[in-house]
Amino acid sequence: MKTILCILTALVSLATAALAGPQTFDFKDPKGVNNAVFKLDATLESINGSANGISGTIIFDPENPAATKGRIVVVTASLHVPNPMMKEHLHSALWLDVAKYPEIVFETLELKNVKTTGDTTTADVAGKFTVKGVTQTITAPAKLTYLKDKLGQRVPNQKGDLIVIRATFTIKRTDYGINPSAPQDKVADEINLTLSIAGAAPRP
Amino acid sequence: MALVKRRLQILAGLLAVTAVLVWLATGANRGWTKTSVPVKTLDEVTGIEAIAYRQQFVPGVDFLGAALLGAGVLAGVSLFFRKKTTTNPS
Repeated sequence: MKTILCILTALVSLATAALAGPQTFDFKDPKGVNNAVFKLDATLESINGSANGISGTIIFDPENPAATKGRIVVVTASLHVPNPMMKEHLHSALWLDVAKYPEIVFETLELKNVKTTGDTTTADVAGKFTVKGVTQTITAPAKLTYLKDKLGQRVPNQKGDLIVIRATFTIKRTDYGINPSAPQDKVADEINLTLSIAGAAPRP
Repeated sequence: MALVKRRLQILAGLLAVTAVLVWLATGANRGWTKTSVPVKTLDEVTGIEAIAYRQQFVPGVDFLGAALLGAGVLAGVSLFFRKKTTTNPS
């Protein structure tokens, strides 16, 4: 009996060890909740919209969140604003040129000021942000929440973990050649971006 | 001529009143006209608010302005139609 218990304990320890370490989280969310919200001030009312064509992968190690690496992609054509004429302008060559630049990409370089409390990690994420073919290095404060064994609650009959990433940061549209000639007293130069995304790491 | 003038003025009045009523009834949106509105739902596992858009026409001040401008143009055109004045030859 003792031998069996010892073997079982060893197997559980091995399984736990196998599960630890870096995990790859896929951000192609089957539930379609992932979104990036953008806002910029303009005459009459601010331009508010969102994008939901989000994909990419993040490698996250719960034991070492500072080593997090990854790439998040937003399909430019998925940017939506409620006014149809405004949306047409937004997708046009003068603004985002969705036909020529179909993706907006953020690629991590490093995490700074990493603080972990329980399952939540906050950090300043430095990375390369590419919009309309222009790449700039930016730093965005982000919050990463590791949800162990929660994948099954979203996708039935699937085991695994989830990670939720939230980040809010500001870019200047003139830095990326987004209608740089538009007068700034009518359309603000600063664009506020809020990213709320969840990624899944399934386990067999 | 007087009949045309009267009809144009009635049409202008109707257009202005209808536009104001539609604008008020749909929430008196003081922004631009929208053809979709965001609908937010909370994903309870991740805590993320999902954003979907529902097709809905929400007239804004541009809609109101265009309708009132149209009404003004109609009322202005009506002024070109004057009543025939009858002169007494004696």
